[in-house]
Amino acid sequence: MAEARLQVFRGNSEGGSSVEYKVPIAPGMVVLDALHYIQGHLSPDLAVRWNCKAGKCGSCSAEVNGRPRLTCKTRMDALPLDQPIVIRPMKSFPVIKDLVTDVSWNYKVNKKIPPFQPRPGAEWKFFQEDVDRVQEFRKCIECFLCQNVCHVLREHDKHEQFAGPRFFVRVAGLEMHPLDGVSRAKLLRDELGLGLCNITKCCTEVCPEEIRITDNAIIPLKERVVDQFYDPLHWLVRKIRGAAE
Amino acid sequence: MSDKFETHEHDVLVIGAGGAGLRAAIEALAQGASVGVVCKSLLGKAHTVMAEGGIAAAMANVDPADDWRTHFRDTMRGGKMLNNWRMAQLHAQEAPARIHELEQWGALFDRTEDGHILQRAFGGHTFRRLCHVGDRTGLEMIRTLQDRGVHMGFDVYMECTVVQLLKDGPRIAGAIAYWREQGRFVVFKAKSVVIATGGIGKAWPITSNSWEYTGDGMALAYEAGAELLDMEFVQFHPTGMVWPPGVQGILVTEAVRGEGGILRNKLGERFMERYDPKRMELSTRDIVARSIYTEVREGRGTEHGGAYLDISHKPAEYVKRKLPSMYHQFKELADVDITKEPMEVGPTCHYMMGGIRVDAETAQSAVPGLFAAGEAAAGLHGANRLGGNSLSDLLVFGRRAGLAAANHAKQVSSPAVNSTQIERAEKEALEPFQRKNGENPYAIHRDLQTTMQNLVGIFRNRDDVQRALGELEKFRQRLARVSVEGSRMFNPGWHLALELKSMLTVSEAVARSALLREESRGAHSRIDFPNLDPAWGSKNIIVRREGEAMRLRQDSRPELPEELKQILAEEK
Repeated sequence: MAEARLQVFRGNSEGGSSVEYKVPIAPGMVVLDALHYIQGHLSPDLAVRWNCKAGKCGSCSAEVNGRPRLTCKTRMDALPLDQPIVIRPMKSFPVIKDLVTDVSWNYKVNKKIPPFQPRPGAEWKFFQEDVDRVQEFRKCIECFLCQNVCHVLREHDKHEQFAGPRFFVRVAGLEMHPLDGVSRAKLLRDELGLGLCNITKCCTEVCPEEIRITDNAIIPLKERVVDQFYDPLHWLVRKIRGAAE
Repeated sequence: MSDKFETHEHDVLVIGAGGAGLRAAIEALAQGASVGVVCKSLLGKAHTVMAEGGIAAAMANVDPADDWRTHFRDTMRGGKMLNNWRMAQLHAQEAPARIHELEQWGALFDRTEDGHILQRAFGGHTFRRLCHVGDRTGLEMIRTLQDRGVHMGFDVYMECTVVQLLKDGPRIAGAIAYWREQGRFVVFKAKSVVIATGGIGKAWPITSNSWEYTGDGMALAYEAGAELLDMEFVQFHPTGMVWPPGVQGILVTEAVRGEGGILRNKLGERFMERYDPKRMELSTRDIVARSIYTEVREGRGTEHGGAYLDISHKPAEYVKRKLPSMYHQFKELADVDITKEPMEVGPTCHYMMGGIRVDAETAQSAVPGLFAAGEAAAGLHGANRLGGNSLSDLLVFGRRAGLAAANHAKQVSSPAVNSTQIERAEKEALEPFQRKNGENPYAIHRDLQTTMQNLVGIFRNRDDVQRALGELEKFRQRLARVSVEGSRMFNPGWHLALELKSMLTVSEAVARSALLREESRGAHSRIDFPNLDPAWGSKNIIVRREGEAMRLRQDSRPELPEELKQILAEEK
């Protein structure tokens, strides 16, 4: 039976190194299957976060040969097997152990975003075309691969000022809900750091749900912020009304 | 109590953060209780995210003739009348309100042409009844509930695994758990505990269930003195992927058939004509699963031992819009374009109808202060669950459990937690580290799965199940010698060693109940007793612990009130 060699990061917050494992290949096998083989037969304490193994929960994110991937959807036969497959934890988050990282920061960011609030007197009647646009954002499985790859977080560590693509998608899903009555423009500008995104589209490239994060979420949100804060007409209205939005 | 342990105190402790747990937590918060939610995984990753097809509720948006009575009748008939009728009634009556509530919390369902929630057809439902979001309904539901709960203010303890429930005399007092990250133990003190830990599919190798589904909640409740009910009824979903081997068991949503998918054998025959000519592909899951299994066993299966499921006669754009994740799943994992060619599918262990026995109105178990909802609880689905009735179950009985748990907490004083119980639980959980070169937990798990698949699967008979019970006893002895490598930090081998205890308990309950019920009904098929036996039709099997022994008894199902009897007698 054909074999693959996997070089898997083993270690914790204090450091670690790659360990090589040989794994037999079966048809249709994915990288997560190979990691399970290692747990079941070679190293039972290899830490891997996973749940559904069906591409629906977004738990098993890692970097496979340098690319951020869901390991449950990365086919072994799509990788060059004449060389070792290098598997490392996501770089933008602190390592807990092996391939498991501390993603708790994401949950803190999410808490800052005001939830859906229907407009007063909203009528609960709307159409498929109203929801089609928003459902794209709601496909997000929170794998955090977009957060991992975004250079504002990955290279510049701006976790305090910047929410990351995942949460722009989340805000877009709320803002474009046909009945939503809350404005999150100020939050986007002041707390979520939307302006730091310089639309390099790395997030869109890695999204396993194929959400067009930059084009459909981030750019329209940037336009909303501009409309609300930098549009002269809006500025005048705010001045007259004295609204402190 | 010893201050050796990190301790948290809540009025209501919810174990499990899927649909039922989150809905329970939201309701308990709304009643003013302080609420803690403990979950094995990260928040938002629970098994509910995998629910695809939809939520059943008689909203009558598409078929105006639908009403709760018809939904009630469909549920009871699907469950072969073993259902707790009061649960089936409450479920059918309350589901529409629970869906409207979800919508008001921000969930976005697919729409009808006149702007209402769209509903689709599903097996065993007389009318088009499943509210849905393409084929990712569960994700929409869990995100909506998650954000609602977070903003209402529950405390979430993620990647934290409960190892034992704590008691104060006869009543519940909380739980002891451990943080996966460091392997440290933590004590939760609570007046009420809600178990919402889902099912048991990981005791079988071919399953649509995630790693979390190891029957923990049922085993914890059983150990604490609660009763289990209907444990012989394990649902094998008719359509899981069968090829390639790595994806075996992954769910192919029933929505494929709801949207017009056709089942054929390798000869091209639409074989459901032989098994249920009236409902065909939209027959109930027990019947479709057995039909596929029978076709394969009689030599008419596909290359990889399944049946063909074909939706390619529908326009490609329609398939991609209504079944997007199925389209991607097959394209990416099996190199199959479902808009052009058929899928290969076969039965996969999917859902547990049995579970913790609860009161219909309050979801309370036999242990005061211990509640259960969702898949971990039993009663609503009887001998077979209809598709779409699970998500509505989570909402209806999750809410009821949260409400009753909060009320209970208002009425009782703070319980005392017993440090001996805590220290014993910790010591027991750490034993695998003390042994060297013992049994490998993964090896025991693989053998358990093989036994359950071969001997307590879709078709059962006395000899097989008796053999399975013998094997289970051996696994228990092996588990007593299990050892784990490495440290306590995020150690999956250790975690599995602890879960094996739960899996063995629920597997034994399934096998013993399956042996006792000498008839075939719903998801329970005995080759040696192939027919429905009316005498069994009014009986449920109840499992409880007596000392170290598992005891079973039969319980007569309460008579239905006249009004409900009439509904069941009507033909529609």
